[in-house]
Amino acid sequence: MIHFLQTLIDALSLGSLYALAALGIGLLFGIMRLINFAHGDFVALSAYALILPSTDVVSTLFIGSLSWPLLIAAILTFGVVVALLSNFAVFRRMRTASPQNLMVVSFALGYVIQNLIMTVYGARPKALGLWSSLTQVIDVGGLRVPLLQLVTIGVTAGLLLGLLLFMRKTPFGIQMRAAADDFRMARFLGVRADFVIALSFAISGLLAGVVSLLFVVQTGVLAPTMASDIVIFAFIATVVGGMGSLPGAVLGGLLVGAASSLLQAYLPDGIRAFRDVFVFLFVIALLLVRPSGIIRLKQFEERV
Amino acid sequence: MNAAVPPSLAAEAVSVTFDGLRAISGVSLTLEKGEILGLIGPNGAGKTTLVNCLSGFQLPTEGRVRLGGQDTVRWDAAAFRKAGVARTFQGGRLFRDMSVLDNVEVTGVALGLSRRAAQRKASELLDWMGIAQFAHQLAGTLPYTDERRVGIARALLMKPDFLLLDEPAAGMSDHECEQLTALIRIIRLEQGCGILLIEHNMAVVLGLCDRVHVLDGGRTLAQGRAAEVRNDRAVIDAYLGAEG
Repeated sequence: MIHFLQTLIDALSLGSLYALAALGIGLLFGIMRLINFAHGDFVALSAYALILPSTDVVSTLFIGSLSWPLLIAAILTFGVVVALLSNFAVFRRMRTASPQNLMVVSFALGYVIQNLIMTVYGARPKALGLWSSLTQVIDVGGLRVPLLQLVTIGVTAGLLLGLLLFMRKTPFGIQMRAAADDFRMARFLGVRADFVIALSFAISGLLAGVVSLLFVVQTGVLAPTMASDIVIFAFIATVVGGMGSLPGAVLGGLLVGAASSLLQAYLPDGIRAFRDVFVFLFVIALLLVRPSGIIRLKQFEERV
Repeated sequence: MNAAVPPSLAAEAVSVTFDGLRAISGVSLTLEKGEILGLIGPNGAGKTTLVNCLSGFQLPTEGRVRLGGQDTVRWDAAAFRKAGVARTFQGGRLFRDMSVLDNVEVTGVALGLSRRAAQRKASELLDWMGIAQFAHQLAGTLPYTDERRVGIARALLMKPDFLLLDEPAAGMSDHECEQLTALIRIIRLEQGCGILLIEHNMAVVLGLCDRVHVLDGGRTLAQGRAAEVRNDRAVIDAYLGAEG
C-alpha cells in the first residue's frame, strides 16, 4: 500500500511536469495551430540562464545566485522574453503559414536555440546544484516523499487554477478562447489578433520557465538537449488529451506521466529498461480507441 | 456625420473580381435605417459577395461602400462592426467550444466593453430573444435553428444600425420560418435597424421585405417594391420560374 502511494505521488509529480509542458504547447496550437517543438529549447535556454555564459566545465551561478523570489521572477521573465522574441522574430511573420510549415519552422528554431546554447555554454552537460534542500525526503505518516515532488504538484495545481481563472474571468481570457475556437471569426469581431497571439506566447514562455526550474532542481544537470524528452512526451500528451483542448493537455500530461511512473514501478526488472516502449504502446492503444484524443473539441467535428 | 441625414449603408457601382472572374459587376444598393431589404437571386448570383463588401469582409475591386455618407476604404470587418454594421453567416460560425453566453459576451469585449458590462448586455439580449435557456450550453451542441438565433444575437449586441442576415431561414421548417419572420419584425420594430435579408424562401422574403433587390449573374436584374418585383417578367424567368 505504501509502495503504491509512493508510486502514485511519483506519477502525479511526473505527470505535473508533462502537463505544464503540454499546456505550453497546447496554448499555441489552440490559437495559431502551431505545434511548437522549440518549446523544449525554451525550457533549456531558461535553465541555462541560471549560470554565467562560459564554455568552462564547471558552472558558475548567475541568475541562480539570486535569492529565491528574485530567481523565480528572473527565470520566468526570461522564459517570457524568449517566447516573445521567437514570436516577433519568426512566428509573427508566418501568420498565414500552414500548420505543417509552422511545425517545420519550430524545429528549425529549436536547432538554432540548441546550437546557440552549445556556442555560448559548451556542448557538454554541466552539473548544477540548485535548491538542494528541496531534494530532501520527508516522512509523511510512513510515506517517504521527496519534498520536490510535493512542490512540483503544488506549483502545478496553483498554475492550473490561475490559468483557469485567467481564461474564464478576464477579458483577455475570453478573447483568447474565442481566438482558439475560430481565429478568423474572432478577428472579424474585433479581437486583437497580434495581442492575443503575443499573450499566448508569453504564457507559454512562463510555463517553460517554470518547467525549467522544476526540472533542473530535480536532475541537477544542464544539457543543450535536456528538455527534448519532456517536449516529446508533452506533445504526445496534447495528442492523447485532444489537440487544441487545454484541459485535454493537462489530462494527457497527467496520464502519460502516470503511465510512465506506474510502468517504472511495476514492470519486471528485465524489461524495465524498455519502459518507454510500453508507454507508447499504451498511447497507441488509447488513440486506436479514441482517435481524436480524450477531449474532442466541437470546432473539429464534421458538420452534418 | 450630419445628424440630419438619416444614415444609410450603400454600395456604389461595386464590382468584385476573383482571379479575373467577375463575381459581381456594377451593383448599387442602398439600405436605409428601419427598412427591410430583400436580396434574392439564384445560387452564384453574388449575394454573399455583396454582403461581404457591405460588411468589410471583401474589398470591392471597383466602386465603393459608404456608411452614412462616409467612405469606408481600408475599413476591415472589425471597423464595420464598430461603426454599426453587423452580420450573420451561413452555417452560424459560432465559437463552438464556448457557451452561448460567452459567444455573445466576447463580442462585447472585442468591441471594447468590460467583462461585466458585456455579460450584462449579453444576458439581456438572450432574454429579449427568448433564448436565455441556452445561455450556459456549448454553442456547438445547439441544433441548427437555435444556432442561427444565437448568431443573430451575437450580431445584435451593441445595437448595430444595420443588420445583414445571410440565409437565416435555410433548412428551417415552415413553423420555424414563421418564428424567424416574427423575430426579424420585432428586431426592426424595437431596435430600428436597417435589415438586409438574403433569403431563398420567397414566403419569408415577400412577408418581410419592403423592397427587394434581385441579382443574377453578378448584376442587378431588378429592384423595387416587393410586389412589383414579384411580377417582373425578367425576375420570374431568371429566378422565380426556375423554382417552379
